[in-house]
Amino acid sequence: MLKIGVPSKGRLMEKTFEWFGARGVTMRQTGAEREYSGAVDGVDGVELVMLSAGEIPRELAAGRIHLGVTGSDLVRDKLADWSLQVAELAALGFGHADLIIAVPSCWIDVDTIDDLDAAAAAFRAAHGFRLRIATKYHRLVREFLTANGVADYQLVDSQGATEGTVKNLTAEAIADITSSGETLRANHLKILSDSVIHQSQATLFASRSADWGAARAVMVDLAAKLGIAAPAL
Amino acid sequence: MIPAASKSAGRAEAERLFAAFQAAGAVPVEADLLLPAETLLDLYGEDIRARAYVTSDPLQGEMMLRPDFTVPVVQAHMADGAEPARYCYMGEVFRKQEHLGNRASEYLQVGFEVFDRDAPEAADAEVFALFSSLLAGLGAQALTGDIGILMAAVRGLDTTDRRKQALLRHIWRPKRFRALLDRFAGRAPMPAARAALLDRLATGSPEDLIAAAGSFIGLRAPEDIAERARALTLDAKAPLIKAPEAALLYDLLSLQAPARAALSHLRGITPMLPAIEPAVDRFATRLEALAARGIAVDSLAFEASLGRTSMEYYDGFVFSFHGPDGMPLLASGGRYDALTAVLGQGRSIPAVGGVIRPQLVAGLRQLCEGAI
Repeated sequence: MLKIGVPSKGRLMEKTFEWFGARGVTMRQTGAEREYSGAVDGVDGVELVMLSAGEIPRELAAGRIHLGVTGSDLVRDKLADWSLQVAELAALGFGHADLIIAVPSCWIDVDTIDDLDAAAAAFRAAHGFRLRIATKYHRLVREFLTANGVADYQLVDSQGATEGTVKNLTAEAIADITSSGETLRANHLKILSDSVIHQSQATLFASRSADWGAARAVMVDLAAKLGIAAPAL
Repeated sequence: MIPAASKSAGRAEAERLFAAFQAAGAVPVEADLLLPAETLLDLYGEDIRARAYVTSDPLQGEMMLRPDFTVPVVQAHMADGAEPARYCYMGEVFRKQEHLGNRASEYLQVGFEVFDRDAPEAADAEVFALFSSLLAGLGAQALTGDIGILMAAVRGLDTTDRRKQALLRHIWRPKRFRALLDRFAGRAPMPAARAALLDRLATGSPEDLIAAAGSFIGLRAPEDIAERARALTLDAKAPLIKAPEAALLYDLLSLQAPARAALSHLRGITPMLPAIEPAVDRFATRLEALAARGIAVDSLAFEASLGRTSMEYYDGFVFSFHGPDGMPLLASGGRYDALTAVLGQGRSIPAVGGVIRPQLVAGLRQLCEGAI
C-alpha cells in the first residue's frame, strides 16, 4: 500500500482533489462530510490519509506516509535539511503565497533588508531590546536574515493574525505569507522590496525515509498516471 | 574522517588537558548547564537559536543548554574575581545541528582563560603557547589572526562616524561588511531601491512624508524615523571613501601570510593607514612574546580575517588549531576585551582564552599512534 497524505479540509483539499482528478486519480472523502477519511479510485494500492497541512512535513520525515501534498514553505520551515528528507515531485500550481518581511508604512526610511538592519541597530540603542519580528516561519526567516547579515533583531512567535502584532506593539515588523498583500495594506504595513524569502505553492513531496518496498510498484503506476517522473527513492 | 574516540578516551584526554591547565596556574571553575537564554541572545543575537538548545523553565523563563563556557566564566569573574586571574574548566557543551551529518551535538570542552590588565600581548602568547604545547605531536595546523588591526583600520578611515560605526558593527558578518564597504567606496553602484528612497525623501520633510504615509503604528518613534531619513540624505552627499584608502582596506581583509612576513607587510602599509600603527605595534610585541616562548613565528600562519565568522566577541588576537580536512576545529580562542565590558555592568578587564575539544584530540591521537 502506498500512503498519500493530503490536506484534510478547505481550498487546499479541494484543489488537491481537482489536481489528481484531472489526471485520472479520483480522491474523495468517505463517510460523513466532516469525517477525516478518504478513498482513491483510478489506481490500485493507494491509501488516502487526511491530515492537517502543517503536519504533513513531519509525517513525511517520519516515513509514516510515502507521499504528501503541502505548501513548500511548510516543508522548508519545519524540516532541517528538507531536501535530504523529502523529494519534490511536482509543483501543483495552486496555493501560491510569498513569505516576505513587512514593516510599518510610516517607516519612510526603510525599503530594503539593508534599511531594516540599520533601523534594528538604532532601535536597540534607543529601546534597550532587539527589534522584534513576529512570525511562525522561524527557520526560514532566521536563515534568510543570517544569510543577509542582519543583526540586532529577535523573532517572536505569532501563530495567527500576525499582521496585527505591530499595531498591538508586540512586534516592530513581521515575516508572513501573503498572496495579494491586501491584509498587509489594511494593517498599515508595506513589504520590503528585497525580502521575498520563499515563493510557496502546494507541492507533491515523496518521503525518503518511508518503507518503499511494496509501494515502489504502485508509485510507478501512479507516476505514469500523473505524468511525472517516478522518483529514485 | 577521523574515527571518534571512545567516551572514556575522550574523558581521559579531557582530564589530561584540565590537569595541564591547572599546572599552568589556572583555578578550576564550575558553570551551570542551564543558562538564562536572554543573556546569550543579547550577546550573540538570534543566530544562537540555530545553535543552542532552548528550553523553558516555568519560573526562570527561556533557558539554554550551555553552548559554551565563556559567558558563565566571564560573569563569575566579573562578579567576584581577583586580578589577575587564570581559570580553567571542563565539561559538556551542546550544539544543535541543523544539518544531517556526523557533527556532534554534545561534546566536551576544556578551556583556559586569562584575565590580566598588564601586558596583554604576553597573555596572548602564554595562551597560544600553552595550547600549542598541549596539541604537539598531532600534526595540528595553527592559524592566527588579529581582529584588532582590522578594527583600527576601520576606525581610521577618512569617512563619517556613521559609516565607521556601520562597518564596525558588521566586522563579524563579512558579507554585509563587504557590501557596505563596496557601497561607501563607490565600488558597487547605489542599489536602485536606495536611489528611489532618496528620491522620495527629497520630495518633502521627513515629518511630512511620515504623515502622508498613513496611520502611524508601532513602537519605533517618529523622531527616530525622521532622524534616519535625514541621515540617509546626508550620507548620500558625503564623499566616497577614497580609492587608495579603500584599496588598503581590501588588501588588509585578504592578507594571508606567515606571521613575520605579515608584520613586514603591515609595517609597509602603516604610513598610508597611520591609524593601525598601535595595533601593528601590539602585533609585533605579540610575535616577540610568541618567539620567546619557542613558537616559530617565521612559519606561523596569519590571516587578517580569521575569527570574523565565529561568535562575535573576539576583538584582538585570535587563533585556531586544525586537524585533517573535514574535521571540526581541535581548538580555538582569542581576545575578548569588549565582552567583559558588556557582561561587567560598567567594569571591564582585558581577557584572552580558548577551548580544546578533547574527544577530537583523543581520536587524532589514536590515529597518529596507529600510524606509527
